[in-house]
Amino acid sequence: MATKVLDITKEHCPMTFVKTKIELSKLQEGDILEVLLAEGEPLDNVPRNAREQGYNVLSVEHVEGTTHKVTIQK
Amino acid sequence: MSNQKKLSIIAFSGDFDKLTAVFTLATGAAAVGYEVNIFFTFWGLDAIKRKQGRSFIGSNWLTNTFGFMMGGLKVAPNSRFNFWGIGPKIFRKLMKKNNVATLEELVDAAKALDVNFYACEMAMHVLGLTKDDFIPEVKDVLGVASFLNLSEEGQTLFI
Repeated sequence: MATKVLDITKEHCPMTFVKTKIELSKLQEGDILEVLLAEGEPLDNVPRNAREQGYNVLSVEHVEGTTHKVTIQK
Repeated sequence: MSNQKKLSIIAFSGDFDKLTAVFTLATGAAAVGYEVNIFFTFWGLDAIKRKQGRSFIGSNWLTNTFGFMMGGLKVAPNSRFNFWGIGPKIFRKLMKKNNVATLEELVDAAKALDVNFYACEMAMHVLGLTKDDFIPEVKDVLGVASFLNLSEEGQTLFI
């Protein structure tokens, strides 16, 4: 099981969830993707979309300032 | 997969800004699990040309001239504030500076997300274009009936 980190804190719609989706599609079953993202749209949508598409959202943590970390398992 | 959400876009415009809207919606929808189809017709065909600059492609002198004047993705004009082609360059610069995806990045993302590209048979005939003039990601050449069939029970947009 591999863990990959994706930083989309500087991205905007639609690239926040586009990049997340592309990274998730590259992973093997069981692999983990840690997504660093900003508050607002990305924080509202990335975990929700991941859940809707059948991925397992393990945690959503506050890192610092406006940055949060969402841990998703394929 | 019959209950998968679906978005079908008719890309009629070859304008830089409107194509940016097409590919923003297409990639966004594909990323949240929609099946996405884009049907490129008339000026919109410029977006999927293999030659992204200006080139004489067509079947006779008239369509060749049209082909040159229309150009491809790299020379797509703005619908407003075009300023003889400087407008899109300024927009590309502003988008880069503000970390917003450029049109080229959106097109690449659409390919990576398996967005379905289709070309309009009738417009290709008028403009003297063949499937070989387009990027290999173009899945098929279609007419209205096939597009309606394909977009059935989903949302359809005309841009």
